[in-house]
Amino acid sequence: MAEVEISQLHKTYPGGGRPATRDVSLTVADGEFMVLLGPSGCGKTTLLRMIAGLELPDRGSVRIGGRDVTYRAPRERNLSMVFQSYAVFPHKKVADNIGFGLAMRKADRAVIQDKIAWAAGLLQLEDYLDRYPSQLSGGQRQRVAVARAIVMEPDVLLMDEPLSNLDALLRLQFRAELKKLLTDLGTTCVYVTHDQVEALSLGERVAVMKDGEIVQCGPPMEVYDSPASEFIGGFIGSPPMNFLDATLRRDGGEAVIEVAGQRSAAPGSWAAFAEGPVRIGVRAETITAHRAERSGALRAVTEVAEPLGSTTLVTAVLGEQRIKVQVPPDFPVGAGDDLWLDLRADRLSCYERDTGRVLVSDR
Amino acid sequence: MTAAGTAAPDRAAAPDAGVDRAPLARRRRNRMLVQVACLAITAFMAAPMYLITLAAFSTRESLNAFPKSFAPADVSTETLRSFLGATGVVPSFLNSLVVGLLTLVLSVAIGTPAGYALARHVFAGRDAYQLFLLFTRALPIVVLSVPLARFFITAGLSDTVLAVALLHTALALPTTVLITASIFTAVPRDLEEAALVFGCTRASAFRQVVAPLALPGIAAASLFTFVLSWNEVLGAAVLTLTNRTLPAQVLGSLQWSPLPYRFAGGFALLVPALIFIFVMRRYLLNMWGTTLR
Ligand SMILES: Nc1ncnc2c1ncn2[C@@H]1O[C@H](COP(=O)(O)OP(=O)(O)OP(=O)(O)O)[C@@H](O)[C@H]1O
Ligand SMILES: [Mg+2]
Repeated sequence: MAEVEISQLHKTYPGGGRPATRDVSLTVADGEFMVLLGPSGCGKTTLLRMIAGLELPDRGSVRIGGRDVTYRAPRERNLSMVFQSYAVFPHKKVADNIGFGLAMRKADRAVIQDKIAWAAGLLQLEDYLDRYPSQLSGGQRQRVAVARAIVMEPDVLLMDEPLSNLDALLRLQFRAELKKLLTDLGTTCVYVTHDQVEALSLGERVAVMKDGEIVQCGPPMEVYDSPASEFIGGFIGSPPMNFLDATLRRDGGEAVIEVAGQRSAAPGSWAAFAEGPVRIGVRAETITAHRAERSGALRAVTEVAEPLGSTTLVTAVLGEQRIKVQVPPDFPVGAGDDLWLDLRADRLSCYERDTGRVLVSDR
Repeated sequence: MTAAGTAAPDRAAAPDAGVDRAPLARRRRNRMLVQVACLAITAFMAAPMYLITLAAFSTRESLNAFPKSFAPADVSTETLRSFLGATGVVPSFLNSLVVGLLTLVLSVAIGTPAGYALARHVFAGRDAYQLFLLFTRALPIVVLSVPLARFFITAGLSDTVLAVALLHTALALPTTVLITASIFTAVPRDLEEAALVFGCTRASAFRQVVAPLALPGIAAASLFTFVLSWNEVLGAAVLTLTNRTLPAQVLGSLQWSPLPYRFAGGFALLVPALIFIFVMRRYLLNMWGTTLR
């Protein structure tokens, strides 16, 4: 097991105009589960492949366990990888697939057999060891790919959207299994996904990428609760974070926000910010809705209510702006009803109007 | 072989009343037409083979008889025996075999790496190179062989099996390169990368993963090469005098040889190619079946 240190990795594909990654730096601690999250084409796979040695960077460095491996061949890095397409070898039986890496290392036959049995037991593949991959279902092939990766006892385990080819139910099931397995193994892990739910549920830390750069890196709940930019808030979470045009004012030393002519309390620390137009970020589930008027709550009109089973998602109009609010499933509301929305001051984020960057006060 | 003649099932008035059957009928008719076309083409290919085989196993008398029958009347190996006994036939048969195998080995050894490079690497002039490969086939063999003969004489290779094999390799290479390139393209790159990650060098990744998956295709390509070499006659006739391959030998003695000799020669040319195809059949089917993925 080892720590992965990426620094200033820059890569432009030949013929590609824009760089696929721009001076990306990231440190993954020993045993940490790091998720790379971002929209399609933002450079996640490229970054992962540079860690694996399947792609060479234009500049920058990759260190694994303190050793510089930037230009080393993949096999000299003691890592293993689960490919998005599984990449199980179609001409080898499941057992030989799982044992492939060990056989290449010229490990002892008995040792290889033990390892195969161990991994097959862990991933419930015992019954399939004698089959060819073409005789397996997608989920089973997936498990073979994972088994092949973990028997290597790698320093680092890389995974590129390993769940993306599974159907929704299987994905849910496998996600939990994978999390448990990797926590037990304690291997350093870099996991690529464009699925924000997967990222939040699996990662110890999440690095959000956009246009070849890491725009935020932190524990899932931190990224979820205080996104560093409007882009991140809009990308993570379902429904995405609400962003409201608002004006920040100071009222006798207290910060307040003014939305559509109505006032609502702001966190005390915002008093340090300049007055003027801002964007307020607020999660649907942090808003409390009331049917009766309340002081300090913002009045809005219900546009549509969507029951989702465990909650109801209300889209309301506040002045000119739409806002999504999560209410309990038994909350009596229908289109056209008035709502009073209580924004919890401590759960608000404040963004610069023109750049979309978060404003932070040094509290 | 199938379907064409199956009778329409008895249609009781029932669940599918009101169903428009015209598309189904059209589909059946099309399928039948395809079958008929397949049969016609097969017959077109098989008829000469059958006739040659028939003639090769007939006696002299029945060959000259008229009208000829299409069923084997008097089977005899006399014609074949006399053909095989004729001077130069057995050696030229062996020569053909050696040339064919040598061509196969050389063209696979040279062509496969080139095909791999075309499939896996982007390099300057790649498209031009691919086009250029096809151009080499535009030169007629006759035009090529005279300067080649001169060249081989100076190189001390004239009238050798090796010279013919080299010529055939040159002729076969473009197709070998292009076919193997498309085969390697069909082997997913991921698999090769997985092999690299799991401890292979580039060479062992090729041996362990790419080669086994590409084998059926390469077998097909080499089959093609062998048959091409086996049937090539012009170049072989120009380049050799005493060390003739079988087609060159038969061609050379065509004018003064009797009719039975020609048929027996045709048969002798036919059989090894057929056997070779039969042996390679498994790989061909694999290639067009579902070996990859
Ligand atoms: N082999 C290549 N040649 C040229 N450009 C490439 C190549 N591979 C990727 N790119 C470009 O580099 C950028 C980053 O690609 P990358 O595959 O890393 O994206 P990604 O974040 O993994 O996206 P996805 O979620 O869709 O897999 C993209 O703009 C892509 O077009
Ligand atoms: Mg990707």
